[in-house]
Amino acid sequence: MGFLAAIGRAFLVFLGATGNVAMFTGIAVSHCLRPPIYLRQVLRQMIDIGYYSLPVVGLTALFTGMVLALQSYSGFARFQAEGAIATVVVLSVTRELGPVLAGLMVAGRIGAAMAAEIGTMRVTEQIDALSTLSTNPYKYLVVPRLIAGLTMLPLLVLVADIIGVFGGFLVSVYRLGFNPASYISRTWEFLEPVDVISGLVKAGVFGFMIALMGCYFGYRSRGGAQGVGQATTNAVVAASILILVFNYLITGIFFSDK
Amino acid sequence: MTETPKIALAGVHKSFGPKTVLNGIDLEVARGESLVIIGGSGTGKSVMLKCILGLLHPDSGSIRVDGRETTRLNSRDRERLLHKFGMLFQGAALFDSLPVWENVAFGLIQGEHMPRPRARDIAVAKLGAVGLGPEVANLSPAELSGGMQKRVALARAIADEPEIIFFDEPTTGLDPIMADVINELIVQCVKDLGATAVTITHDMASARKIADRIAMIYQGRIIWTGHASDIDDSGNPYVDQFVHGRADGPIRMQIRAL
Ligand SMILES: Nc1ncnc2c1ncn2[C@@H]1O[C@H](COP(=O)(O)OP(=O)(O)OP(=O)(O)O)[C@@H](O)[C@H]1O
Ligand SMILES: [Mg+2]
Repeated sequence: MGFLAAIGRAFLVFLGATGNVAMFTGIAVSHCLRPPIYLRQVLRQMIDIGYYSLPVVGLTALFTGMVLALQSYSGFARFQAEGAIATVVVLSVTRELGPVLAGLMVAGRIGAAMAAEIGTMRVTEQIDALSTLSTNPYKYLVVPRLIAGLTMLPLLVLVADIIGVFGGFLVSVYRLGFNPASYISRTWEFLEPVDVISGLVKAGVFGFMIALMGCYFGYRSRGGAQGVGQATTNAVVAASILILVFNYLITGIFFSDK
Repeated sequence: MTETPKIALAGVHKSFGPKTVLNGIDLEVARGESLVIIGGSGTGKSVMLKCILGLLHPDSGSIRVDGRETTRLNSRDRERLLHKFGMLFQGAALFDSLPVWENVAFGLIQGEHMPRPRARDIAVAKLGAVGLGPEVANLSPAELSGGMQKRVALARAIADEPEIIFFDEPTTGLDPIMADVINELIVQCVKDLGATAVTITHDMASARKIADRIAMIYQGRIIWTGHASDIDDSGNPYVDQFVHGRADGPIRMQIRAL
């Protein structure tokens, strides 16, 4: 009995949390659509998310592309399919690894920072102070982050795609001895717009989720440094899980002809 | 008093879980009056101010501002109402991502859409009024001492010349001379701007100086209100004990001997 009750309680908590997130999202999105928009804040968040994440995302993409080439070479050599490396690299990077890995890296970097900053503002009453200065905290804090997440992650992923493919190219040409020109033409040969576009759509969704989780947990944090720490952890974990779940769902939507 | 009071609280209750903090607050503040609220630590003074501002929602009771009920306002009307208010938070609550002058000018820039250079000039002038030189304007709040932060917060609270100003312990953490400067400043705000002020303080010297009327809160109720000049012969043993800072009397501190 106790066991069933525990499951029931956990389920109720889950439902409650989902409801809270949905309500938070609803309020935040409705503020996105109503002026004023604080452009200065949007810009600041865009720089934070887009520009300062470039090194992390770039390095991740580079090594992912490189290891992909290496792995597929040693794997495909078993059935004489080395020629497929270029295609494998470009498809894996644009469809899956670019958005997912960039999303996870940015979740760690940005989701945590957002939760920590907003959480600290909450526990030090800065959010209350915003309200008393006739500034809606959703508009000032949440909306700019959501907009920046939604727009910057696709750009980051586009860069990651290019760097990832370049990583695969480097390894194939300089280590595995492929012909550069034929590698590049192989890369383009089977690539379709939908491969890249699906990846960018994913990126937009992931960026939104990362910002949403950072803001949500930060906004609700309670009780000093410990509460802020908890909020930070929750934001990163929740964003990472959502990224993996939505990655599956969006892949299903785009490539569901089977 | 035939005029409608600026602020009127009737039967305001607020509990946090099982803990009752406000237990039926009745209080009126007249237009242009300076009311000081005294009472022991943790008796709910800050909570009361936050209920009036709508940062916390009272469980029951009525709060009227200019005769208008405010406990059921939607977020847009609440925002409009908060235009009338300025608040100095007990913990200063400065925005640590902005330099000092932008903190002070925040209400002017975001709320009143004043051009930044002009808002900056006003901010520097307000900083001067709280005894801070222009060299402080570009520092970040984290670079200031506690007492300096408090004064910046004070400058922020009065910068856009609100109709109603709440000061939560404005002189705590200041040296006696600066405390007196701040007292003068509060008196001046009320006299010159015609603002209505509610000040929480533990400092009886400050209370005597700035108060037209004094109210004492104890166990979640207002147990005494009267003119500032009557504070010494209130005939109320609770007030007497508080004013004279005696450990024994009707107010018992919840402590146990070592
Ligand atoms: N957000 C909150 N959640 C739970 N309890 C709270 C919250 N805010 C205040 N309290 C409780 O309400 C009581 C009154 O708090 P409040 O901050 O109003 O005290 P105060 O009268 O301002 O005291 P002080 O003079 O020390 O500032 C305290 O016991 C505090 O524990
Ligand atoms: Mg207090």
